[in-house]
Amino acid sequence: MASIQLNHVTKRYADGFEAVKGIDLEVADGEFVILVGPSGCGKSTALRMIAGLEDISDGELRIGDEVVNDKAPKDRDIAMVFQNYALYPHMTVRENMGFALKLAKVDKAEIDRKVEEAAKILDLTGHLDRKPANLSGGQRQRVAMGRAIVRDPAVFLMDEPLSNLDAKLRVQTRTEVSRIQQRLGTTMIYVTHDQTEAMTLGDRVAVMRAGTIQQVASPKELYDHPVNLFVAGFIGSPAMNFFPARLSGGRVHLPFGDVPLPASLRGAPDGQVIAGVRPESFEDAELAPEHHKGESFEFDAEVELVESMGSELYAYFGYEGETASSDQLEEIAADAGLADVPGAGETGRVVARLSPESKAASGQATRLWLDVERIHLFDPHDGSRLSAAKKSGSVGADQVATPASGTNGAADAG
Amino acid sequence: MSERTSKKVFSWTAVNTVIVIAALFPVLWILSLSLKSADTVTDGRLIPAKFSLDNYEGIFTGSGGDVFTKALFNSLGIAIIATLIAVTLAAMAAYAIARLNFPGKTVILTAALAIAMFPPISVVGPLYNLWRQLGLFDTWQGLIIPYMTFTLPLAIYTLSAFFREIPWELEQAAQVDGATPFQAFRKIIVPLAAPGVFTTAILVFIFAWNDFVFAISLTSTERAQTVPAAISSFTGASQFSAPTGSIAAAAVIVTIPIIIMVLIFQRRIVAGLTAGAVKG
Repeated sequence: MASIQLNHVTKRYADGFEAVKGIDLEVADGEFVILVGPSGCGKSTALRMIAGLEDISDGELRIGDEVVNDKAPKDRDIAMVFQNYALYPHMTVRENMGFALKLAKVDKAEIDRKVEEAAKILDLTGHLDRKPANLSGGQRQRVAMGRAIVRDPAVFLMDEPLSNLDAKLRVQTRTEVSRIQQRLGTTMIYVTHDQTEAMTLGDRVAVMRAGTIQQVASPKELYDHPVNLFVAGFIGSPAMNFFPARLSGGRVHLPFGDVPLPASLRGAPDGQVIAGVRPESFEDAELAPEHHKGESFEFDAEVELVESMGSELYAYFGYEGETASSDQLEEIAADAGLADVPGAGETGRVVARLSPESKAASGQATRLWLDVERIHLFDPHDGSRLSAAKKSGSVGADQVATPASGTNGAADAG
Repeated sequence: MSERTSKKVFSWTAVNTVIVIAALFPVLWILSLSLKSADTVTDGRLIPAKFSLDNYEGIFTGSGGDVFTKALFNSLGIAIIATLIAVTLAAMAAYAIARLNFPGKTVILTAALAIAMFPPISVVGPLYNLWRQLGLFDTWQGLIIPYMTFTLPLAIYTLSAFFREIPWELEQAAQVDGATPFQAFRKIIVPLAAPGVFTTAILVFIFAWNDFVFAISLTSTERAQTVPAAISSFTGASQFSAPTGSIAAAAVIVTIPIIIMVLIFQRRIVAGLTAGAVKG
């Protein structure tokens, strides 16, 4: 077990392209950290640099107290689970899992003991003498994990280990991963493009975009206090709604009405902003929490479509006027497909998560309630989150977010 | 079975039968010739009137002494050594070509291919002089070297195609598991590329085994003469009799190792060996 430290680690290719632009990240011993971001954001490259499968162009990587920049993967005491599992097809499950130990010249009886122990944890005992070709997708995935577990390494690295499983199995295996990490207490870095996985699994989540880390924080912190538009739009499903808005005289002018400035943002300078509202910050006005009713805002929305999930309703409605635009939002939209980011496209649509008792129906006007205190405001130029203390546009969001600056969100919220 | 499919089956069978007969008839004829005695060789019958093993006895123990046995030994030795060296070198070269990006990669491939483009007959003259100067004339090395040169390009191409098929992640997984690059190559890549390695080995072996041009030009005595060259120097029992029966018998004998080799390696050439490695 060991801590990991990335100091300004950079990956630059021969053609000058920087896949990873000087990221700083500290992972404590035994911590479970997720690297999440859209495809092409450099998260896998970062992981492969930690594994030693890619050279580090610049910066310093420490595992434990040692600088390992120039060490071969085999000397780093790491185990890695690959996206496509990379099982050795000519070996049985037992041989696959024991391969690393065999290379390390571990005693044969000891190998058997460790392999069977890992097989028990992963429920593979009955399949030890089969070849990977004869296993199901889920079993192969578990063998890949088993191969990492038997090593008892200092660090686990996982490169989208669940992305090849079908939806149901993925949820199952997700809890499995969590369970194993807790049981073993090994430091783990886990790469995924799926924000749900990131939110459910990690102690801390590092959101990456275009080779930089945007924010490192606990899942709750990321959700409640995203540092910029990108993090706000990437984390959460359905995604946050974004509107163009104006700040003036202590009020926020939203496309569907004026609301008082949230208490936490009082004192922010007037001007054009982008407002972000999470779907669950809306509610059917009739069902709005009583104690909030006075200080909040209600408006009539032409609901176009209602989707019932059983436990909740998603109501979609449009609004007049321009849509919020920002290159950060466009990036998310391009990665996820426009439909996933309402408000970021050209449609000016909003999704609201309502309680299942709501009477909202497709094609009907419904009175909605908005939790004013939970409106997020962002600078339209650099996408950074506005706070009472910060003047709009003073800090670029593209700057590297260190763990320290990543937790600024907490201070912002006040 | 409908009329249409039975018609289809019939025409397929007919076509295949014709092809098989056309391909195998000469072989059958040689076999038949080898089993005829000297006085019936020219009778033109497919099935010998009287089966005799005289020809076979003759080439092993006859007046020519041990020409044929020596040649057989030379052939086996030269072909096996050439195959081993060519496949080992080709495997390493192909691995580098498949996995690494290095300057001059295309030049190497093109140069290798260019060598194979020369017809052997065009280099055999210069080689003859060169080998005599170097003392390689009529030696095993004198044949092994040209056989390697001419088979390496093909071997490199075949093997690099096989290596490219193997997912790179497997090797990276091995590296993370603690293997050195050479261990990863030997324990992961080579076993997985086994079908390719054996295919290549068969091709190289057949080339060396069947070669006549180099063998006849670069050897002169039983020190290094291979079977095809030796057969051409067979003489009849007398000045006026053609050694047809002996040649036929030698031709039959010489195909046996090839058949055995293909049969052995065929078992190793199993398609789909990499199935289950990665989720595709």
